[in-house]
Amino acid sequence: MQFLFRYANPAMFMRLSGAVLPYVAAATVIALTAGLIMGFQVPPDYQQGMTVLIMFIHVPAATVAMSAYGAIAVCSLLSLVWRHPLSDTAARAAAPLGAMFTALGLITGSLWGKPMWGTYWVWDARLTSFLLLLFLYLGYMALWSAIEDETKAARAAAVLALVGAVNIPIIKFSVDWWNTLHQGESIMSGNLAPVFLWPLLTMMAGYMLLFVTLWLIRIQTAIVERRARSLMQGPA
Amino acid sequence: MMFDPMFDLGPYSNFIWPAYAVSAVALGGMTAWTLWAWRRAKRRLLALEKGAPESKS
Amino acid sequence: MKLATRSGGGAALALSFFALVATLVPLGIGADLKLLARVAGGILWVGAVLAALLSLDRLFQGDYDDGSLELIALAPLPLELTSFAKIAAHWLSTGLPLTVLSPLLALMFNLPGDATLTLFLSLLIGTPAVSAIGAIGASLTLSLRRGGLILPLIILPLLSPAVIFGAGAVAAKMDGFSPLGPLELLGAFSLAAVLLSPFAAAASVRLNLSG
Repeated sequence: MQFLFRYANPAMFMRLSGAVLPYVAAATVIALTAGLIMGFQVPPDYQQGMTVLIMFIHVPAATVAMSAYGAIAVCSLLSLVWRHPLSDTAARAAAPLGAMFTALGLITGSLWGKPMWGTYWVWDARLTSFLLLLFLYLGYMALWSAIEDETKAARAAAVLALVGAVNIPIIKFSVDWWNTLHQGESIMSGNLAPVFLWPLLTMMAGYMLLFVTLWLIRIQTAIVERRARSLMQGPA
Repeated sequence: MMFDPMFDLGPYSNFIWPAYAVSAVALGGMTAWTLWAWRRAKRRLLALEKGAPESKS
Repeated sequence: MKLATRSGGGAALALSFFALVATLVPLGIGADLKLLARVAGGILWVGAVLAALLSLDRLFQGDYDDGSLELIALAPLPLELTSFAKIAAHWLSTGLPLTVLSPLLALMFNLPGDATLTLFLSLLIGTPAVSAIGAIGASLTLSLRRGGLILPLIILPLLSPAVIFGAGAVAAKMDGFSPLGPLELLGAFSLAAVLLSPFAAAASVRLNLSG
């Protein structure tokens, strides 16, 4: 824990993230470009045509959506239990990104569902719990904005994030526990042919890197804004 | 093996293109917004630091 | 001192709202009796949840506003226990009356007798969860003046398992399947909610007091 706290102060974070940012951003661009090129060279499927292309932007979006919430939950834990100073800022910064990836996952999933299963939407366990994830994000962001006292808002939001975190394993295991329309895990079970697997993994990396890049920038922005605010209030 | 996606994405291209378009708009928009907010914050801080140097001492 | 049961008024409001929803929906859907019977489980469950929500923001608010919440928090009795008592009081004044009224409202939906029993049981098992999770939301939004607006947004997603399993049990019964599966899941959900919420609610109360 002490190790983490060394990097907890804003100045240290700005320096570290500033050093890392160009590389993360570059890696994002490389991964996304490579993933797209690989994706568009994939052979068409006999029945589904090229709809597998949607998988390359749907699965990464959904994965990041869930990971972002996981990150918020971890930050919330760090904030509540260990009083890690930057965690609140980090958690709040991640939320709009996570919400956007969730919405993207829903939309791309819907557009994939129509050609694949004939319907834009179905109320099965996975889709429902993933939709709930979006509402959890919105409630989280709303709570942050609604409470005026920043410290109180941070802790309240942290409690809310942790309570809602139970949804994440539900999303993940919903395809195992219930009969869902959504197919079961195909990545880990090795059912995906390499020609599809590599573009998918690359795009997933690209989406993750994009999230991290934007997250770091948003945390930096929050720190800078806070400094500006204290300057404005500084001289009496 | 150059790719020619524009010309034949199969019968479901009406779903594939919107999916990619929405993703591009969403991710691009998110990136643009993030960068814009970042630059705006840095500009403001710079302006404040220049205009109130005595606040530090 | 434990159970501040100033809740008589709350029950009347919740029951009226519940009855109103149960009246409005058939008016909106039309007189198709078969259709009404099919949607009864879901509609009545949603109506019960919304009705129970009505009095939630006042769960801690009264004590917070007049300062007695601080005294309660400092008292030798653990705040978790007090929260549990408040949850119980809320259920007794909203969830339970709603459950008791539900068979009567099920009549308006042409729900068959055995499905009505299922509905009754599902509400009996599930409404404690509504009070429990609602208490978390109420304690989180304590410091907000217009907290009532954000409260539903926060807790309705968390309450969706109750609605899913509760209405699902009724639907299963209607379709000729055993409602035991959903009811058991609902029971587990309720049990977990009632046991764990006092801790979350107490933590939220403390963080709102310490500002």
